[in-house]
Amino acid sequence: MPTTLLAAQPRPLAPVLTRADDIILGKSKEIRLAVACLLAGGHLLIEDLPGLGKTTLAETLARLLGLRFARIQFTSDLLPADITGVAIFDREQSGFRFLPGPIFTQLLLADEINRATPKTQSALLEAMEEGQVTAEGETRPLPRPFFVIATQNPIHQIGTFPLPESQLDRFLMRLELGYPDQAAERRLLVSGGQRQHLDQLTPLLEASALPRLQQEVAAVHVAGPLIDYVQALIAATRQATAFQHGLSPRAGLGLLAAARAWAWLAGHDMALPDDVQAVLPAVARHRLRSLQGSGHASAEDIAGLIRSVAIP
Amino acid sequence: MSTPASEALDHQATPWLLLAALAAVLPHFAHLPLWLSAFVVLLFTWSGWLWQRDLRLPRRWLLTLVVIGGCAAVLYEFRTLFGRDAGVAVLVMLMSLKLLELKSRRDALVVVILCYFLLLTHYFYSQSIATGLWLLAALWLVTATLIRIHGGAAATVRGTLRHAAVLSVQALPLMLALFLLFPRIPGPLWGLPRDAHAGLTGLSETMTPGSIANLAQSGEIAFRVFFDGESPPPGRLYWRGPVLENFDGQTWHPRPQVFSGRGPRPQLRFESQPVSYQMTLEGHNQRWLLALDAPSVLPDDVILSSTLTANSRQPIIDRQRYRFSSVLDYRFNIEERAPVLQRNLTLPPASNPRAVELAHRWQSEGNGPEALVNKALGLFASEFFYTLQPPLLGENSIDDFLFTTRRGFCEHYAAAFVTLMRAAGVPARVVTGYQGGEKNPVDGYIVVRQSDAHAWAEVWLAERGWVRVDPTAAVSPTRIETGIATALPEGEPLPVLLRAQTDWLRPLRYRWEALNNAWNQQVLGFDRERQRDLMARFGLPDADWRNLAAALGVATAILFAISLIWAMRQQRRLDPAARLWQRALRRLTRKRIHCASWETPLALAARVAEERPELAAPVSRVVASYLLARYGRGGDLKPLRAAVARLP
Repeated sequence: MPTTLLAAQPRPLAPVLTRADDIILGKSKEIRLAVACLLAGGHLLIEDLPGLGKTTLAETLARLLGLRFARIQFTSDLLPADITGVAIFDREQSGFRFLPGPIFTQLLLADEINRATPKTQSALLEAMEEGQVTAEGETRPLPRPFFVIATQNPIHQIGTFPLPESQLDRFLMRLELGYPDQAAERRLLVSGGQRQHLDQLTPLLEASALPRLQQEVAAVHVAGPLIDYVQALIAATRQATAFQHGLSPRAGLGLLAAARAWAWLAGHDMALPDDVQAVLPAVARHRLRSLQGSGHASAEDIAGLIRSVAIP
Repeated sequence: MSTPASEALDHQATPWLLLAALAAVLPHFAHLPLWLSAFVVLLFTWSGWLWQRDLRLPRRWLLTLVVIGGCAAVLYEFRTLFGRDAGVAVLVMLMSLKLLELKSRRDALVVVILCYFLLLTHYFYSQSIATGLWLLAALWLVTATLIRIHGGAAATVRGTLRHAAVLSVQALPLMLALFLLFPRIPGPLWGLPRDAHAGLTGLSETMTPGSIANLAQSGEIAFRVFFDGESPPPGRLYWRGPVLENFDGQTWHPRPQVFSGRGPRPQLRFESQPVSYQMTLEGHNQRWLLALDAPSVLPDDVILSSTLTANSRQPIIDRQRYRFSSVLDYRFNIEERAPVLQRNLTLPPASNPRAVELAHRWQSEGNGPEALVNKALGLFASEFFYTLQPPLLGENSIDDFLFTTRRGFCEHYAAAFVTLMRAAGVPARVVTGYQGGEKNPVDGYIVVRQSDAHAWAEVWLAERGWVRVDPTAAVSPTRIETGIATALPEGEPLPVLLRAQTDWLRPLRYRWEALNNAWNQQVLGFDRERQRDLMARFGLPDADWRNLAAALGVATAILFAISLIWAMRQQRRLDPAARLWQRALRRLTRKRIHCASWETPLALAARVAEERPELAAPVSRVVASYLLARYGRGGDLKPLRAAVARLP
């Protein structure tokens, strides 16, 4: 890797990444993107077919980072209260008592989020956005850090409620895991599945360390020319004929934050155009609609976008 | 931005090329052979269809066959592959065929360059405002296509068009400099074949009954005149063309040596103040200049014939400008030589006996020459009609006209009048030219059209010399006072634009003609003389082509310097690290390492390490120091400067 050109500082997350690579085989880039998303303080959407290791990835990260972990399996009859919690009448105290829902955790895995009704989905997304839950007329803050990994099956499956664009924008990144390559798949088949190792994972990081790392990431230097580059990319999505509409300012902020996190993971204290290019597909694809064909922008669309914008 | 020309052409660029090529070819359809136009349309459709279906381009052997067939057809049609028409035909065909070979960017570039060249060829055929505007638009489109070929898929249509417009506008100063300063070559630049001017219309050298009536159907402009002061009333505007003295019973001819300028000089006595004017004469492929009767001051190089016609030394094949002075009241050859008088008394023997008899009767009644003239005019005024559609006349055309049909156009009256006079012993001859003209209120030019063509008579009277007599004025005074449109009875075929009924069209027509005139005078008429005047105004009198070339060089250098300064200021706006990086990239280009504009420095370093290991270390040093300087906190330039300096 040419990154060795620049002096790289050791990062305390390096062992986490190595260990995660042992569990989820052949998905090194996706793991790093997921961690970068978390470091940038964003939420992650993983979209893929069942059985490709979405849940394993979420659980592995939670365990290695020492985060409290909860999982909600979304179904069509799931109610908002099932997520946020309910108030029940306590006879002893003769008053209502709030029973916090599974959302009061540090890493929440929202499995198959597109199976739930829009009402339930928006309850979760609101909590994600605001970092708090309002139930029974009372606002309760969520723990810090709070990180949601939502998974979604590809939209064309029957009986699902695909997330609208406005909701998708709240996820900093969207990843597709895809099938493992041949070597990784063989290792997987030989070992008989990696889920069994999950239980043996011990936290490699204290839970309190993560906010400090997030601060370090936010301090990664972003020079004027890099902001110019991000602006040029966003402007190109708004003018290009390939997309129905361009990226939002929120997407621009997210792109910068993700690039910072990516640079930090590489051991740099400044973000480079390479970092922007590396995170751009994960940050931009779910926010752009391709004009040709239906659905979101393809990886080729993003590659074309990158090729059309000169680095200032 | 350097992508090799052999790279495959982006699929979405094809419609651009098709449109640009169509814009470049379209006006040629007006004069290409029909089969070739159809063939070109077929090729365009074929190419568009292949593009739309995303099909394979035709194979090379098939294209070769089509090229050979096409060239053979052109050869058969024109008997040559060179020259203006055949050359343009070949060019159009080859460019259309190239559209079936759009594989790489290089092919597209060939099409674009051919388009630029084809645009130029339109000026062989037309130099009108409409052509100029069309070519400007086409130029814009072709330039946009060129940008599109290089710009990649992400650029928008609007952005591309805007970019092309900006580029075209930036080229404007250079265009102006070239227009003003490029040395004008006397005579046609391209040495066009003579047949290029075969279609020019105008007065003919001879006159038969009906020849001028035919001309009157044309609304085409013969010439424009701008008077220095007040223009004389239309009734006094007689534009003198060839004088016809020989008559064979049917046709009137000028004397053969009339253009030579030899022979006796005309004796003129002027009796009023001269009027000066500038005449812009359209090409008519003849030598006469149609000065206002009678010219007093002529430009150099213009000969006044013994019959008072101004003649050029060469046939006038394209638009020319002349300055004349004329005096409207004059005496011409009070003393005329006997052979001339004799000549103008001659009639073909045994023709038109009744007319001759009538003239003899008048003469025997003891009328003097003036009385004879009045007698003939009185005859016309009584029972004759003025019409553009006179009945056909037999062998004794004057007799038929005078005694049977009594309907005719100006040439009938002039011919009959002259015949009567000659038979009665008064020397007389036919003068052809134009009469009147219409003042364009927009620019003050007097426009004289082919429909103003006219024939009148001249008689020689003792002590008065040659005197103009216009028999048409006796029949139809309005023709002379207000022009042909009001003089003709209703229902006569006249060009649409000339009809009196189309009053609502008139202001528009005036404006359009004034615009055309301005274009002709200022743009197309910017010749050597005007160029010399302009240079003189800038303190360079007597500029020859060497001075002009030098001035052009200076102007170009100034423009170049301005754009260079501008570019350098843009460059200076770059931060110093970026400038050093650009320098490093230029060095790498020399080492045949190209960096695309979107390629990151790290990616470049990785590529170099892979492809050119010998350069890996120096390039890595440059990249690392550049990234630190440009994207890091410190911005220390020294290591970058050192690393760039150490690049081999």
